[in-house]
Amino acid sequence: MDLSLSADDKAFRAEVRAFLDENLPAELADKVRRSQSLSKQEHDFWHTKLNDRGWLAPNWPKKFGGAEWDAVQRNIFEDECALAYAPRIVPFGLSMLGPVLQKFGSEAQQNYWLPRILSGEDWWCQGYSEPGAGSDLAALKTRAVRDGDHYVVNGQKTWTTLGQHANMIFCLVRTDPTAKKQEGISFLLINMNSPGIEVRPITLIDGGAEVNEVWFTDVRVPVENLVGEENKGWTYAKFLLTHERTNIAGVGFSRAGLAMVKRIAGRAQARGRPLLDNPHFAARVAQVEIDLMAMAVTNLRIVSKAAKGQAPGAESSLLKIKGTQIRQEITDLARRAAGPQAMPFASEGLDGTNTPLPDPYDAGGVAASYFNNRKLSIFGGSNEIQREIYAKHLMKGAS
Amino acid sequence: MNFELTEERQMLQDTLRRFLSGATGDVWHDLAELGVIGALFGEDAGGFGGTGFDLAVVFEELGRADLVLPLIDAALIPGRLMVAAGADVAPLIAGTERFAFAHSELGARYDLNWVETRAKDNRLTGEKTTVFAAEDADTLLVSARLSGAVDDQQGIGVWQVAKDAPGLTMRSYELAQGGRGAEVSLNDTPGTPLMTQAYDAIADAMAAATLSQCAETLGAMDVAVEMTRDYLGTRRQFGRPIGTFQALSHRLVDLMMELEQVRSAVILGAGHLENPPAERDRILSATKNIMGRVGRLVAEDTIQLHGGIGMTHEYALSRYAKRIAMADHRFGDTDHHLEQFIALSR
Repeated sequence: MDLSLSADDKAFRAEVRAFLDENLPAELADKVRRSQSLSKQEHDFWHTKLNDRGWLAPNWPKKFGGAEWDAVQRNIFEDECALAYAPRIVPFGLSMLGPVLQKFGSEAQQNYWLPRILSGEDWWCQGYSEPGAGSDLAALKTRAVRDGDHYVVNGQKTWTTLGQHANMIFCLVRTDPTAKKQEGISFLLINMNSPGIEVRPITLIDGGAEVNEVWFTDVRVPVENLVGEENKGWTYAKFLLTHERTNIAGVGFSRAGLAMVKRIAGRAQARGRPLLDNPHFAARVAQVEIDLMAMAVTNLRIVSKAAKGQAPGAESSLLKIKGTQIRQEITDLARRAAGPQAMPFASEGLDGTNTPLPDPYDAGGVAASYFNNRKLSIFGGSNEIQREIYAKHLMKGAS
Repeated sequence: MNFELTEERQMLQDTLRRFLSGATGDVWHDLAELGVIGALFGEDAGGFGGTGFDLAVVFEELGRADLVLPLIDAALIPGRLMVAAGADVAPLIAGTERFAFAHSELGARYDLNWVETRAKDNRLTGEKTTVFAAEDADTLLVSARLSGAVDDQQGIGVWQVAKDAPGLTMRSYELAQGGRGAEVSLNDTPGTPLMTQAYDAIADAMAAATLSQCAETLGAMDVAVEMTRDYLGTRRQFGRPIGTFQALSHRLVDLMMELEQVRSAVILGAGHLENPPAERDRILSATKNIMGRVGRLVAEDTIQLHGGIGMTHEYALSRYAKRIAMADHRFGDTDHHLEQFIALSR
């Protein structure tokens, strides 16, 4: 047992910190810290900075332009980025589609699409969920029918995160409606500028519009945009979901969130003293901090196993559940800390005027962030689905 | 013991439920005409209610509506202060004049006795924060300190201040729970004195407001849990209604059970509103503490049990969930009331 980082890992951490110090503009970090939504330009700016350094694709092999870090390095990088309030790397092209193309795509697809992900030429979004296919993803109905050199796609996707910025979408579509539901699905790459595609924003509980509905009406997709084999899409979809679950514990986000809570509670006054001195509130903060310390070790235990070539298996479900519980508890503490000052509310979607709000604790919209982060236990396989996955793993063989 | 509503209250509840189910826009005058504002005040003041149980009935119905009405802030609180001062509340009950109470200050957090705003020769100077219903008020009631330290109960007065009075500036904004609030800044602003020793009246008005907020939140929780029950019964995944999955149905049972706790806590609070202050406040702290704890659970779990659809603004549940969770930020949060309960139990 050795809880300390190796000398190489420490040097790596120092390198990441120096990079962030030098390249992350204070105004951008401030927006991230205050949970404000970023423009496409701001995302692109940060991606370019990382790409120039060769760090945009931490999990890609070097031959595709990735950093090819091991799991511990990736973890260090993600933590440091979160603690510095760097914009998160938009995952759709980089951590979802990229690995799928690398494993299942043709050489032509790899050569064409992967560099465009790194350069930012393409912004990808994810066409998985449908109104009738959420937790039960394999129930998806969007149809693709072969017509000569094209597929013709009809249907609807939903919860398409940042689809408003995307020019490409990777989609699960049904190509064989007669097969068992997992066996008639294919994985298609679709140009969002094709005729017949309509994107409609969904306003969320926090007033933001980060997700969309995407409608397909007779959309023609060239057959070369099929990834792998027809009707084998479910295999690729599941592979993608395991990659979606990297950094699932979000330890860095929790650490950064906890620092925000302490900052707010250090500024907020209760009976003439900082709230952080109030024993009741201090106990709440300490409780979460203790949970987070333990979870950080759990996370390292699991990711370092993966670093030695063992894939994180069903345990990643435990990381997702505990990780989101802690992150959500922290967003609750932030709004609690702000007290009455959590109530003033600005929302891009609902309030056309966007008057600057009072923000005495320099906290941003803590209530909006609390409500927005309810999504953590819903998306990417809800926490109930994660429990189901782990329960099946534990009860294997029982009948 | 009798847990039935009186006939009058039952009628009020029915009338209000019918009216609110179709109401949109500015319904203030309609509410006044229906006698809803009058139900918040006793006969001495020209109303026909005003007890804890009257408030509980009215506000639970308001909470059930998918509509945010500032009845606590524009009517109940200022009205109770004015009644305590012997002022005429007829225009308030008639809905012809609107008020708001500017009391909250940044340093006060949830404490009622913390007033930094100063009054000298009936001119007020200070900063008030998160003042609900200020924008639509004709007249603000403003608390300020005549004497003593910032946290003395003694030495706090209340003035009537015209909204266009010199030196008064207001910056208003949307509130997370719906409705609008404002920052109110006073700089040597003239006011007409209403009371010079106002702490007890403020505490009484805030006790009534706390009870009303809890009842309103109970109504909203009732709707949110009912919507969730419907959803679990109709949403199908894996070939069956998701409510047939035990992991979900048991959570619904827990919500129902906690909701009954809140219902009882509101009855407890309503039954003690007219008791002496220390007793009243101890019970209301219990009510508000339960409301805060269960409110968080209900807001979070009703969204979770719905999944993504519960996160959308278009679906009413999200609006109820926001009102339920944000109610903890008014009139003292869960922790504040736990501390007050401990202090008053000694």
